[in-house]
Amino acid sequence: MECQECHKRPATIHLTQVIHGKKMQINVCEECAKLKGYFTYPEEAYTLHNLLTGLFNFDSPKMESGTNNTPIQHRNDLQCPTCELTFSQFKRSGKFGCATCYDAFSSQLDPILRRVHSGNTKHAGKIPKRKGGNLHLKKQMEDYRNQLKTLIEEEAFEQAAKVRDQIKALDAQIREEEAGDDK
Amino acid sequence: MTLKDFMNEAISPWMRENGPDSDIVLSSRIRLARNFADAVFPTVATEEELEEIKAFFKSSYDQQSFDDYQDLEFISIQDLSTIERRVLVEKHLISPLLAKNTQAGATLISSNEQVSVMVNEEDHIRIQLYYPGLQLAKALKKAFAFDDWLETKVNYAFDETKGYLTSCPTNVGTGMRASVMMHLPALALTKQLNRMIPAINQLGLVVRGIYGEGSEALGNLFQISNQITLGKSEEDIISDLQGVVQQLIEHERHARERLMQQSPTKLADRIYRSLGVLEYSRIMESKEAANCLSDVRLGIDLDMIKNISCTILHELMVLTQPGFLQHYAQKALTANERDVLRATLIRERLQLEK
Ligand SMILES: [Zn+2]
Ligand SMILES: [Zn+2]
Repeated sequence: MECQECHKRPATIHLTQVIHGKKMQINVCEECAKLKGYFTYPEEAYTLHNLLTGLFNFDSPKMESGTNNTPIQHRNDLQCPTCELTFSQFKRSGKFGCATCYDAFSSQLDPILRRVHSGNTKHAGKIPKRKGGNLHLKKQMEDYRNQLKTLIEEEAFEQAAKVRDQIKALDAQIREEEAGDDK
Repeated sequence: MTLKDFMNEAISPWMRENGPDSDIVLSSRIRLARNFADAVFPTVATEEELEEIKAFFKSSYDQQSFDDYQDLEFISIQDLSTIERRVLVEKHLISPLLAKNTQAGATLISSNEQVSVMVNEEDHIRIQLYYPGLQLAKALKKAFAFDDWLETKVNYAFDETKGYLTSCPTNVGTGMRASVMMHLPALALTKQLNRMIPAINQLGLVVRGIYGEGSEALGNLFQISNQITLGKSEEDIISDLQGVVQQLIEHERHARERLMQQSPTKLADRIYRSLGVLEYSRIMESKEAANCLSDVRLGIDLDMIKNISCTILHELMVLTQPGFLQHYAQKALTANERDVLRATLIRERLQLEK
């Protein structure tokens, strides 16, 4: 595929942009992408560059140029029911269209996430207050248990006893909430 | 506009304060990416959908206050001139991407400019919070509190295993990018930094110049940030970052001491020459200005130059960017005109110190 701007160099960057409510596919070479300002934010450029050169290495660029410029619509291409983004489109742009995309593409996602996040696929951080339910409490419990372990290792028994009381109280709270949910 | 008024406008109040290790660390930043659960991401949304989000932000948060962040001002990007947009980018309050997104882009900025929210950038919501010096843990705590406050009115896109869902898979999980802005003149001068970068990358952290393009870092200002957002808690991410930053601080201090011991005259010559250039030049390109400012800041830190405030580097780096120069002139300027105005502003700014 040749670059749609200069018509000289091969298009190595494929982006989906929304212009006046219409999705447009942009296929340009790296020089024209820079020139046209498709990415000028250093942080963005960095991640995009990464995604486009290697991390997402599913289709080799050679194979793509050998298909006579006709993009193959895979018969088994996954599609998001909410935003209608296809998995092939996602691979090209490197960007999801909505929260449901994560579910729609879940069968293909872990290898990508592993590559981007040093082998990790599971969130281990903050939980929204609203959605969390008792997830919050469970995370708090984990934190307390870790604290307790460290305190015991450090032989800070007085503080450890305090943390143990907190664990007991929290445990009761979790049980109460879970019983409440069953009703 | 007098230079003093202009500077007051140009320099965010928090930038004037000194934080821990502020001889080397200029600022700490936490950025959190968030999205609405029930709206498609800005990457595919129509203008109407984005307008709805924008309107929600205006009606829900304009002129609201939370904690230290008073009178959040809602600004629609399309209401700003090109130069005004550029000024916000140069103050690091919005990204160049948002500045270009004129239709649906908006921002909320607190009066002390310590916190800003970008609306309809790549994600619906991007919270940015700054602290002077090395204060990652404090910045994180504040960013979390602010996030909780925003969340009282928003249902965030979140998945139990994948965490906060973002447009780009590089942000999913915590949605957090923590970064530290460092002035590393001695490590750059002795060419040690380039050798350290691969090892830093191995730890899932990225080093890049803040000003300038490619590998060249104007003013020896570098940003160190986390790359991984999934599989580690925010606290662990910042403690890893903090560890590397502390090592870099030690190396930089050591390299400065060595320079002072091994070639004190050469170093002093370089620093005073740069001061002379800043004080007397009539035409100055941004690269020359950045290098001289970096030298002078080093001179201040090494106690060679007295009576000049140490915030001068940060201040003048921002103040002499193209957007700010044109904002000061109140008109568009050619590159040559900018170089003349840059030299003038720097001279006048140094006069203020006397
Ligand atoms: Zn081209
Ligand atoms: Zn979707």
